[in-house]
Amino acid sequence: MDTVYAAVAGTVTACAVYLLLDRNLVRVLLGVILLSAAVNLGIFVAGRLSRGLLPLIPPGLERLGAADVANPLSQALVLTAIVISFGLTAVLLALVLRTARDLGTLDADDLRVSEPRREEVQA
Amino acid sequence: MLATVLAVLVLAAAAPAIDRALGRCGPWLLAAVPAGIGGWYLAQLPTIASGAVMAERVPWVPSLGVDLAVLLDGLSLLFALLILGIGALVVAYAGAYMEGRSDRGRFLAFLLAFMGSMLGLVLADDVVVLFVFWELTSVTSYLLIGFDHADPRARRNALQALLVTGGGGLAMLAGFVLAAAAGGTTAVSVLTDGRDVLRASPAYPAMLALFALGAFTKSAQVPFHFWLPNAMVAPTPVSAYLHSATMVKAGLYLLARFTPALGGTEAWFWTLAAVGTATMLTGAARAVRQTDLKLVLAHTTTMALGALTLMLGLGHRYALQAFAVFLVVHAFYKGGLFMLAGAVDHETGTRDVHRLGGLARAMPITTTAAVLAGLGMIGMPPMFGFIGKESVYEAALTAHAAPALWLVAAVAANALTVVAAGMVAWGPFFGPAPRGEDAPHGHEPPLGLWLGPLVLGVLGLAFGVFHEQLAQPLLHPKVAAIAAEPLPLTLHLWGGLTPPLFASMVTLVLGIAGFRGRARLAAFGGALARVHRIHCERGYDATLAGLVRLAAWQTRTIQSGGLRDYLAVVFAAFAAAVLGTLWAAGGVRLPAGMPDVRFQEWAVAGCIAGGALATVRVRPRLAPVATVGIVGYGVGLAFAIFGAPDLAYTQFMAETLAVVILMLVLTRLPTAPRLERSPAVRRRDAAIAVACGAAVTLALWSVTAAPLDPRLTAWFAAESYLAGHGRNIVNVILVDFRGLDTMGEITVVALGGLVAVLLLGGPRRRSAGPIASVILATVTRVVFAAILLFSVWVMLRGHNEPGGGFIGGLLAASAFALYAFAAGARAARRVLRVDPIVVAGAGVATAVLSALPAVAAGRPFMTGLWWFPDLGVEAKVALGTPLLFDAGVYLAVAGTMLAVTFSLLEE
Repeated sequence: MDTVYAAVAGTVTACAVYLLLDRNLVRVLLGVILLSAAVNLGIFVAGRLSRGLLPLIPPGLERLGAADVANPLSQALVLTAIVISFGLTAVLLALVLRTARDLGTLDADDLRVSEPRREEVQA
Repeated sequence: MLATVLAVLVLAAAAPAIDRALGRCGPWLLAAVPAGIGGWYLAQLPTIASGAVMAERVPWVPSLGVDLAVLLDGLSLLFALLILGIGALVVAYAGAYMEGRSDRGRFLAFLLAFMGSMLGLVLADDVVVLFVFWELTSVTSYLLIGFDHADPRARRNALQALLVTGGGGLAMLAGFVLAAAAGGTTAVSVLTDGRDVLRASPAYPAMLALFALGAFTKSAQVPFHFWLPNAMVAPTPVSAYLHSATMVKAGLYLLARFTPALGGTEAWFWTLAAVGTATMLTGAARAVRQTDLKLVLAHTTTMALGALTLMLGLGHRYALQAFAVFLVVHAFYKGGLFMLAGAVDHETGTRDVHRLGGLARAMPITTTAAVLAGLGMIGMPPMFGFIGKESVYEAALTAHAAPALWLVAAVAANALTVVAAGMVAWGPFFGPAPRGEDAPHGHEPPLGLWLGPLVLGVLGLAFGVFHEQLAQPLLHPKVAAIAAEPLPLTLHLWGGLTPPLFASMVTLVLGIAGFRGRARLAAFGGALARVHRIHCERGYDATLAGLVRLAAWQTRTIQSGGLRDYLAVVFAAFAAAVLGTLWAAGGVRLPAGMPDVRFQEWAVAGCIAGGALATVRVRPRLAPVATVGIVGYGVGLAFAIFGAPDLAYTQFMAETLAVVILMLVLTRLPTAPRLERSPAVRRRDAAIAVACGAAVTLALWSVTAAPLDPRLTAWFAAESYLAGHGRNIVNVILVDFRGLDTMGEITVVALGGLVAVLLLGGPRRRSAGPIASVILATVTRVVFAAILLFSVWVMLRGHNEPGGGFIGGLLAASAFALYAFAAGARAARRVLRVDPIVVAGAGVATAVLSALPAVAAGRPFMTGLWWFPDLGVEAKVALGTPLLFDAGVYLAVAGTMLAVTFSLLEE
């Protein structure tokens, strides 16, 4: 199953990258959201998928062996990553909104305030 | 010895202040210091002459075996004496030459800085130290050539000299690296101890070429000779000091120093002899064509440098002796003549040989100095210059190959030098005085301007007459140092009717004839020299222009200014790096056999992948919200079925909030026109995307094909409850074991929220109307408090069961978000009472606070402290600072999410 989910993470990555390279900033934003999901899933898969195991120590026991728990480290990494991805998405959303409001465009190719085109400099 | 270098450099730093404070006396004091140091070096002569060397060594980069090492032997002693002696005279001269200029202090500072660097160069006993001082002389030379920086020619020529000599310096550094690798040391004295280590190395040809490049650029050999005449835009003291007596000799010093290690081969012989001869003839031919005193001298300097290179190339004992003698001869007469040219210029206002004449009557002392220098240059007995010229002829005749060639070339070059000497040392003083209103008049310059040339002229005479007493002890150790064995020196004014004497007479006759017919000679020499000048300097210009074009092309290509191009580069590089690493690490390990996948696992996987693909395909405005939602919830489901309840809850909460906000924003955006990529760009992007996807997939396959190291899992499973007092291992990791990471993360989250809020224009009190739904409003009032309470409970139980600060915080945020949808953002803000971003800040502060008690208790920052109060019930109750930390996480997450949601709602 790791194999399948690794391929899923790869597929989502490919879709995300394709969206990130789009001219439409909304699709770029969707690309960032998908890329976050792909990375989180990827880290989770790298920590191995396990069926029927939890990262919990049941009441009554004081400790467990490595074979009796799901990998807790990758889970801890992903948990914070989810919240940070959300923050990243929020910042990007705000950026897109501001861009639409101030520059009146959602075209990535029109975002050239700091690096104008050659002909614009000469004009 | 290191102290002397340091002293000169410190003096350089203090020079402007000293010059300002002491006025007219300043330069004399500044000249006295190098003169005194020179005296100290002169006092070491007996020690060095006895065959001993003096060394000092201070560890510098011990890990690389590089020491700040200096060594004084015959070669470095002679150079040190020239540098300090002529340096002292030039500093005094410069004081008078620059009299009245406000930037004189700065000029003297540069001059002294050069002196210190040059002294360090000839003393250095480590190739790294040698290189550093070598480049320092290039830099100080740059500052001095470009001293009159308001003149664009000065700036251009200074840069040219810097680029040519600096570039050569880099080649030399590469040569040093090869030599150090072959010889196993960076110590110059060990590398040049006369063994065959470097000559026997397979890298010898490369070494020789690189050393020669460094030396030829520095010493202005063909085809790099063009920078030296151009450097004459510098004030005359600089030309006298750097560009005749010292710096341009650094290349020769390098070759002489490494003669025991690199010399003696056929490649060495032919390279140096051929280049030296070409340089000698080019310089001599071009000299007689000039009309500017300084340019005549500059080209004869090139000639002399070529002759010295030729001598090192020939390399036998007479040649090394000739090298030693001629080097000193040249420093005496050329340094003096440059200073005289400056003095004449200073007094008459011109350096044009056609406008100068008959100055002997008005400038008797200057004329005396000029005659002495001129006789030295011509090589008249009993001047030291005569011995120098005889030695050169002797060396040419005894060369082991093609002696006639070297002799004819040397005689031709020397005959032209006689012509040049007549132009600079005879014509202006004894030639016919020009007539007319604006004819320049001369009078005797101040002491500072004639002292240097006179001293050098007298030295040239004294060394000739008393060569046994003066030259022999000074030069013998030097020749011994170059040859790496003691060689008897044969200096004489009269050696009988020998071939060299005959050659000298021919030279003189040819020279005098040439001087009389110098107009025709100039035309001929000019035609010959033009070829060289044009090609060599054009090569420099073309190289420079090519570099600028390359830079422009590279900037245009790499820095297109298009956001998408940058992203394409980033992702293409990512794919290339990952795939390249996988390939280099021995290929991808593919999973073996058919994977064992259950139905629900297939279904969830299909959801995620299908949602992602649909997001790419769908075009309507709000449809992508649904498709990314499918991906997000699908990932959440995957977390749920593979034993990650905390992740599943977090993902569901975050995804819900994200979808809602996304929906809000997309409805508010203007409808953009369809923005299409061209088919070619689409294909490129698709290729990059597929490569990235493949990279991730293959990397993950390789990772999961290897067995997982169980040590970390085992440690966490064993310690979570016993050390962290929690049964939820993930939560214990977050709030205890890796608490510092979490603290960083909630700070990032809170800052991200702050950025989003500020981007949206800060908190505003403009209400976004509630969603007009009676059912929503009613239900919300009922469940709002319940969800809030539930969120606190989830947070508290998180240490032992799924839950915790992150999930609790998200729940609390969704409670308020729901309220905002039902009653409007303003009403929700009123219920919250404080600004949500303040809540987020308070959360981060709480987390930091929870880490401090441990410090107060003398434990490391963030160590969890626990209390087990006895509440009289059977269940064990554990209270600890990690729980307070988790409360901080709760507040930070809730506050951030709310701040963002409210801001977007109010947009």
